[in-house]
Amino acid sequence: MLDPQSLPAPALARHDVGRRRFLGYVIGGTTLMAAVDLGLLADPARADIPTLPQPAELYDLNDLLTHAAMPTANLITVTMNEDGTASFALPRAEVGQGITTSTAMIIAEELDLPVDKVHVTLAPARPELLFNQLTGGSNTTISTYTPIRVAAAIAKKQLLEAAAILLGSTVGSLVAKAGVIEAPDGSTATYGELATKAASPTTKKVSVTLKADAEFAVVGTPQNRVDALAAVTGTKEYTTDLQVADALPTMVCRAPTLNGTPLAVRNKADVLALPGVTDVVMIDTGVAVRAETFGQCIDGVRALDVRWLDGPAAGQSDADALAHMKKAELPMPALPKNPLARTVSADFTFWFRSNSAMDTNSAVADVRPDGATIWAGLKSPVIAQQAIAEELGLPQDKVTVNVVQSGGSFGRRLFFDAAMEAAKISKAMGKPVKLMWHRADDARAGRAHPLCTSRVRASLLGNEVLAFHQSHTSVETDYRHGLGELITANLAALPTNLGNLGFAETIFVLTQEVPYNFGVVLQTLAETDQRFNTGSMRNIYSPDVRCANELMVDMLAKEVGKDPYAFRRKLLRNNRVRAVLDKVAEVGQWGRSMPAGTAQGIAIHKEYKGASACLVEIDARPETVNREVRDAVTGPRVTKVTFAIDVGLAINPRGLEAQMQGCINDGIALALTSSLHLRDGHFMEASWDNYFYTRQWNTPPEVEVIVMPSTSEEPGGAGEAGVAATFAAVACAYARATGTVPKEFPINHHQISFEEKTRIPPVPESPVDGLDHTY
Amino acid sequence: MPEQTFILNGESVTVEVEDDVRLLWVLRDLLGVTGPKYGCGINVCKACTSHINGRAFNPCSVPVGAVKETDEVTTIEGLPATAAEDQRGEHGLHPMQEAWLERDVAQCGYCQPGQIMAAVAVVNRARREDRAVTDADLDGIRNICRCGTYTRIREAIRAGEQQM
Repeated sequence: MLDPQSLPAPALARHDVGRRRFLGYVIGGTTLMAAVDLGLLADPARADIPTLPQPAELYDLNDLLTHAAMPTANLITVTMNEDGTASFALPRAEVGQGITTSTAMIIAEELDLPVDKVHVTLAPARPELLFNQLTGGSNTTISTYTPIRVAAAIAKKQLLEAAAILLGSTVGSLVAKAGVIEAPDGSTATYGELATKAASPTTKKVSVTLKADAEFAVVGTPQNRVDALAAVTGTKEYTTDLQVADALPTMVCRAPTLNGTPLAVRNKADVLALPGVTDVVMIDTGVAVRAETFGQCIDGVRALDVRWLDGPAAGQSDADALAHMKKAELPMPALPKNPLARTVSADFTFWFRSNSAMDTNSAVADVRPDGATIWAGLKSPVIAQQAIAEELGLPQDKVTVNVVQSGGSFGRRLFFDAAMEAAKISKAMGKPVKLMWHRADDARAGRAHPLCTSRVRASLLGNEVLAFHQSHTSVETDYRHGLGELITANLAALPTNLGNLGFAETIFVLTQEVPYNFGVVLQTLAETDQRFNTGSMRNIYSPDVRCANELMVDMLAKEVGKDPYAFRRKLLRNNRVRAVLDKVAEVGQWGRSMPAGTAQGIAIHKEYKGASACLVEIDARPETVNREVRDAVTGPRVTKVTFAIDVGLAINPRGLEAQMQGCINDGIALALTSSLHLRDGHFMEASWDNYFYTRQWNTPPEVEVIVMPSTSEEPGGAGEAGVAATFAAVACAYARATGTVPKEFPINHHQISFEEKTRIPPVPESPVDGLDHTY
Repeated sequence: MPEQTFILNGESVTVEVEDDVRLLWVLRDLLGVTGPKYGCGINVCKACTSHINGRAFNPCSVPVGAVKETDEVTTIEGLPATAAEDQRGEHGLHPMQEAWLERDVAQCGYCQPGQIMAAVAVVNRARREDRAVTDADLDGIRNICRCGTYTRIREAIRAGEQQM
C-alpha cells in the first residue's frame, strides 16, 4: 500500500458552474480508504459589513488557524470496515467540547451511514501535519468541516461504484441509506460487504460533489454524544485510567513559591523506605515520587524534606503584580478634540483565574534508551513530540505521542506540562510512570488566565458616541505552543519576549472588535511579566475585554438616557448580532418589572464567525447574598439566563446548547466568584474549596439557550462562544441591581473566605473521616 | 502486609495493602476500578462519589482499614445491578444513568460517575424522608462540574427520580 504521507499535494479543483467539486484520493489497499488533504479549504472569510471594519471582522483568528493549514500536504483518511462501520482518526483533541460527536455526524451525513456506525478516534502526533494539529480557538469544525466531508463523499462514491458492479446496475439508479445500497430491482449490498470490493489496488485521484445542504438529514439535527454511554458507565478512559505495564503512580513535590526549584533532598532514604514507594528522583520542577498507589505518592510527597530555591515571584502579592503590570500600561490615545464633547471613562481590573479542569494535568510516559511513548490529553501534540524528543535527546520519530481524551481543558491542554514532566521523570527513573498532578499542584502551579486591566474611554457629543478607546494591559499570556509545531513555537519563544508579544498582539487583533457604531474605535494590547504560568483560558481575551466594553455601553446608555437594549440595538453594526439581541430581549422579557435589589442585564458578543447575546436576571438582595452554604461562597445569585447563539451552520444543536450552558457557568464564575490570590510568592488556592468555580448553589435555576436557525453554509466555533456575553451580562445586571458599576472582577476578589492550605508540604493530607459524611 | 476484605459491586474482594491507604486508590490503582475519579483527594470535589451500604460517600477520604468485611461498596460500575431488572432502561442501566443519557448531560464526562452516584443518593435520601427532591436538594449537591453541566444535571435528576 502506498504511504499516504508520501503523496504529492493535491490541487483543489473547482468548476465554475454548478456545485463545487473537490479532489481527493482513494488510497491503494485491501479495504476502502478515502483520503483528502486536511488543508483543503472553503472560501476565505469575507466581511459581512464593509463599513469601517476592524481587523477581526475581515480576517479573524479562525481564518488564521484555518489558513495555517493551507501549505500542508497531508491526508486525513476515512476507512470503511468490513463490519459496516467507518473509522476516522481526528487530528484534534476531544476535551469535552463534543468534536468526536460532530465529526461522526459530518461523516455519517456524507456517507449515509448511522452516526453510531462511525468511529472517531484521536490521531497521535503527526508532525507532517505541521500547523494542522492544534486544537484551539474553537477552530476544529471550522477548519475540518469541508475536508472531512470530501473524504466521506469519496468513500461513498467508491461504494456506489462497487455496488453498481455487484448488483448489475448503474450508479445513478442506486439508493444509499443507513449503510445499505439498494438497486431498482430490490437487491441490496451493505457497506460492510462492499468495503473490500470498493478498495482500489492503487492510489488514485477522485473528484466529488458534496451533498447539498437541503439534503442534510444528520447535520443540523440534535444528536447525543457518541461517548455518552461510556461517560455514564464509568468506562470512558482518561489518561490516569490507562493501564500501561509497570507505569506506576507518580506525583511531584513542588516548591513553596511559584516555579521555585529543588536544590537538594535531605531525606531521600526515609521516603524510599515508606510503604509502596519505589523511586524518588529530583527533576527541574520538583521531586518525583513513584509508588504502588497515588495515596502512597501523596504520603511520600508530604514526607519529603527538600531545600528549595525561591521562584521568580517570591515575596510578591496581588498588589505587587498589579503595580508591576500597570507600569506597562500604554498612554491612552487622545480622544478627538471637540470642546463640546464629554468623556466617559472607566478602568477595570481582572484578577488571575484558573483554568484547572476536573482531570488534573497527567501523562503516562515510558522512556527507553532507544525511544519513548507518551500518553496524554494534548491539544498541540506535534510540538509536544518535538520538544520531548529534544529534551530526551531522541530523534523525533522515536517518540510516539498518543492523544487521550481529557476531562476538560479550558485552554489548559494547549500546553504539555505534564507530558514533558512525565518524560523527564521516566528517563530519570528508568521506568514507566503514570504522572498525576495533585489538585493543589494543578491549582497553584498550573496555568492561569493572566491578571489584566482594561481602560475604556468614550467621547460623547450630544447623544452620539464620537470615539471609543480601549487599552487592555495584561500579564503575559503564554502562546509558546505556537500553532502547534516547533517553527512557530520557536518564534513565540524568541528572546526578550518579542516573539510571544507578537503572537499575543496578533491573537488580540484577530479576535477583538467593537461591533457598534461608535465613531473612532481603537483597541490596543500591552503585555508584560513572564513570571507566571499562563495560557489561553476559554475565550482568551474576550470575556474581560467584552465585560469592560459592555459595562461602558451601559454607562453610555445611562449618560444619554437610553435603555440599554434600545441603545445597543440602535448602534449595532451587524444584523446577526442584532438578531440574537432581539431574540433574548423578547424571550427573556427585557424590561419586565423586577423587585429592588434584583435586575436584568443584557450583553452581546461577536466572534468565531458567530454572534451571541445574553440576558440575565440577578438577585443581589442581602438575604440572597448572605445565604449560608458550608465551606462555600454564595453572594449574588443569577436566577435566570436567556442566551441566543448564531454559529452560522450549527452541526449539532444539542451539543451547541450544552457548550453554551457550560459557558454560562464560566461567565458567572468570572463575574462573581472565581479568582486566584497571589500571596507571598505563591497562589493561595489549592483546591476546589478555595477556588470558587460556579457550583449548584450558584448556578441559575432557569436557563434557556436558543440556537438560531442556520444563517450560513459554514459552521462557526462553539466551545468558547458563550463566555464573553454571559460575563458581560452578569456584570451589567449586577451594576444595575446595586447601582454601582463594579471595577474589579470577580466582585468578591477581596473577600478571602478560606484558610490557606499548607505550602510545605505542598499538598494536603487526605481526610480519614469520610464515613462520617455519608448521605 | 494486612489483607483488606470488603464487598465491591456485589462480590467479596480481598487485597493486600496497608490500612491507611484511602479506598479510592485501592479501587483505582490496585483493583483497576476506575469509574470513581480523582479530583481533589480531600473530599471537596466529590468526583469519586460512590455508595457504601447504600449511602453516598467519598472513598478518597476513607482509609481502607475502616471498611468492614461486610460493607457493601458500590461504584458506578455496580450501579445498574442495584436497580430492579424491570426498572432498568433501554441500555440496561440504572434509571438515573438512563436519564443522564436521555438528557445528554455529560460533556468531558470526568465528574459524571460521581454526579450520578450523588444524584441517586439524593433521591434515596428524599425517599427516606418521604418526600420528593426539592430545589434546595439540588442546590445542596456539592459535586463540581468544571464543564458547567449543572442545568442538565438538574433536569436529569428530576427525570431519573420519576423512574426510580
